[in-house]
This record gives sequence, structure tokens and C-alpha cells, in this order.
Amino acid sequence: MPPLEIRNLCFRNRGPYSFRIEGGECVGLHGASGAGKSQLLRAIADLDPRTGSLRLGDLDADAVAAPLWRRAVGLLPAESGWWFDLVGDHFVDFGAVDDQNLAAAGFDRSVRDWQISRLSTGEKQRLAIVRLLHNQPQCLLLDEPTASLDQQAVARIETLLLTYGATHQAPLLWVSHDPAQLDRVCRRRLFMESTGHLVATGGFSDERSTAVAR
Amino acid sequence: MSVQPLSPADLALAASLVLLLGMLSWKLQLGLGRQLAIASIRTTVQLLLIGQVLRLLFAHAHPAYVLAISLVMLLAAGREVVARQHRRIGGLSGWLIGTGSMFLSSFTITVLALLVIINNQPWYAPQYAIPLLGMLLGNTMSGVALGMERMTETVWQQRTIIEQRLLLGQTANEAVLEIRRQAIRAAMMPIINSMATTGLVSLPGMMTGQILGGSSPMEAVNYQILIMFLICAGTGFGATTAILGVERRLFDTRHRLRLDVLHTAGDSTGH
Repeated sequence: MPPLEIRNLCFRNRGPYSFRIEGGECVGLHGASGAGKSQLLRAIADLDPRTGSLRLGDLDADAVAAPLWRRAVGLLPAESGWWFDLVGDHFVDFGAVDDQNLAAAGFDRSVRDWQISRLSTGEKQRLAIVRLLHNQPQCLLLDEPTASLDQQAVARIETLLLTYGATHQAPLLWVSHDPAQLDRVCRRRLFMESTGHLVATGGFSDERSTAVAR
Repeated sequence: MSVQPLSPADLALAASLVLLLGMLSWKLQLGLGRQLAIASIRTTVQLLLIGQVLRLLFAHAHPAYVLAISLVMLLAAGREVVARQHRRIGGLSGWLIGTGSMFLSSFTITVLALLVIINNQPWYAPQYAIPLLGMLLGNTMSGVALGMERMTETVWQQRTIIEQRLLLGQTANEAVLEIRRQAIRAAMMPIINSMATTGLVSLPGMMTGQILGGSSPMEAVNYQILIMFLICAGTGFGATTAILGVERRLFDTRHRLRLDVLHTAGDSTGH
């Protein structure tokens, strides 16, 4: 049950950011496009130069090799990348992929031999989630995980991600532009102002009023 | 038999062919006229100058002079490699990667060839050292420039994919494996192709020159085979060193892709 602890995180001209997400807790992150939400996730994954301390339970980002840290924090980027011809080649061991995760994402084992070039945006997104979970991350940083999905898929993916968080007691940081989605998936929310300043918008009822106010 | 001397009039006649091509370029609006003129003038001036330099050098064969000329050639090649990059690594290190790798490969191989293979007395005799180094540097320069350009350009285009691979926990080395391989292959292709067709389609300039100068064809051929192998090794080792150098600069110790080290050509201010 490792909590994600961010302390005095600074990158570029942003920060310092300090917050904590408990194991099994899902925190929403919203704010205008270009406010720097994706940048914040990248910095937590140590993909951009930064200062400050990042901890996931006993794991200290600066004490371990960066690839190990990134595998532990599991960032799902808004646009997924694919570099081989076939879907299956992007998994370390496709045979070991969890059938339930595949099914929840709307696929079966035959997806292994599908051509990347023929995937739709939504299929790529759902497969990117299966690929990320196959890595067994201890925490999830989700950058608009359902942005390109239809209603039915959105519900299934939300369940898949929340179930993963609950069973692994993983902290989740969920970026979304959809207030209704954040109402569904998280209790606590962070709002990023266009200046990059992060405001906690508290519990469930507070969020509801924020959502109505806009 | 000695070489049939060429008069300035003979050269002017050859130049008139280029002039004719320039007129064609103007007629067809190819926009090559200016470049053609500059390149022709550079060829003439640079070769006349090196002719004078070599004449002096041959008369006073001192190792210090040979070294000085070699360094001038190396620096010129290093400048040329930087000039051929569209996205170049900023600062001194960008220049150092290209120049350093050419120095390592071309100089080592030239010295090896002079000392061990050709075994002339003295080994630094400029009649051997300078042309040999020139041929090695010229070809290594093309390979290094091509390989570095391919590496930086592909990394730039595939940055999303590289960062995705890093996010999944791959090391920088794993994330650029295919790109690095492609860049080294691209750098090696011209010399491999030219080794495959030499003698069949093309007769290399050095061999032609030796035959014109009165050497027997077999002697000239032996030298050409030697040169081909040296060039191939020089290009391969030089380009690989340069591409690994580029890779080291493109990633930091935390396995982050640092595209901020790249500057687009023309952006002289840096950052």
C-alpha cells in the first residue's frame, strides 16, 4: 500500500508542488488545456529535468535507476506510441498478459497478431492501457485515459483502472476534462490554474459545487 | 612515361562545360547556378592552394609540417560535418563529437597504414601521408556527417515513441536501439556500395591517377584495394563513434530524452 509523495517538485518554471496520494486512493486533476497537467505527470515520471523529492512508498526516485522508477509509477500518456508492426511485439511477454484485462479493454488473445497500422485511435488507447497494466505499476498517472473512447468503452475502462487501483492498493492520479468522469472516479480533486498553481478542491460535495459553478 | 601536362587553356575548356551546365540551369530555372559557380571556384582555388602547399611540403619533409597540414585538414572536415547537420548538437560538444571521431578513426588508421603496411622511409613522408589521410578523412567525413544527421533527425521525428518506450521502463539504450542501428547502416551504405561496384562500374580516382602517372595497373590495383579497406574501416569506426557520441548527448543520466541539446541550423543564438 505505497502512497505517492511529491515534495517540492519543480520543473522548468513550474512548482514547487507538494502533495500526497494514499495507496488505493484516486485523485482527479483538472484545469484548462495548456495549464501544465501533462507536464506535471511527466515530471513525476522523471521524464523531464526536475528538482524535489518523489517517493512511492519506500521507493525514492533519486535512489533508483530511472527506468525502474518509471516502471513503478506507470504514466499513461495522452498519445500512445507504437514502434513494431504487430501489437504483441510491444509486450515483454504477451503470453503472460492478464486475460481479464484484455477482455475488460474489449479484446481477446487474437489481438496479438493485429497490425498496428490498422488500429483505430480508440483501440490504440485501450491497448496502451493493457500494456501499461501488464508492467504491474505500483501507481498510475493517467493523462486523459478515455479521451478517444465511446461511452460504453469509457465505463469499462474506468472500471478496469479503478479495480486495478483497488486490488493493488495503488495511488491513482487521473487527468480529465470531464467533470462528470471525475465525479465518478475520485473523491478528491486538484485544480491546476493557468499559472500552474495547484489548488485542492477538497471532497465530493465541494467538487459538485465547482462543477455547477462553471 | 610521364603525365601529359595540362595547360590553363585545357582547364578552361573543361570549365566551359560547367559554364554550359550553368546556362542550362538558368534556362530550366533549377536555381543551381550560384551553388555551381561557388563550388567550381572553391574547387579551383582550394586545389591550386593545396598544390602549392604540397610542393613546399615535399621540398621540406618535416614531421611538424605534415602534422600541421593534417590538423588543418581535420579542422576543415570537422567544420564541414557541423555544417551538414540540420539539427545540430549545440556548443563545443557538437563539434567535438564529429571532429573527435574523425580524428580517432582517420588518424589512427593512417598512421597504422603508414607504419605497418606501407612501411616507407621516413614513415611520415608527405607524398604518402597527406594523400592517404585526405582520402580517409574525406570518406569518413561523409559517413560521420550522414550518420549523425540520420541519428538526430530520426530521434527528433520519433520522440513520442522514444519517450513512450522510456515510460514503459526501457533504458535509453533500448529505446534508441533500432534508430542507432539504422544510422550506422546509413553511414556505411555508400562505402559498401562503392566497394561492390568498384572496378566493375567505376574506376576509383586514385587508381586512375596512378595509372596516368605511369604505374603498372597491378601496382595501382593493389594500392586501391588497400585504400578501399582502410576507407571502409575508417568510415565504420568513425561513424559508430560519432553516433554513440550523439546518443550520449541526447540522453542524460536519468535516461531522459534531451532534445533541448539540439539546435536547428541557422539558429546561431543557441539558447
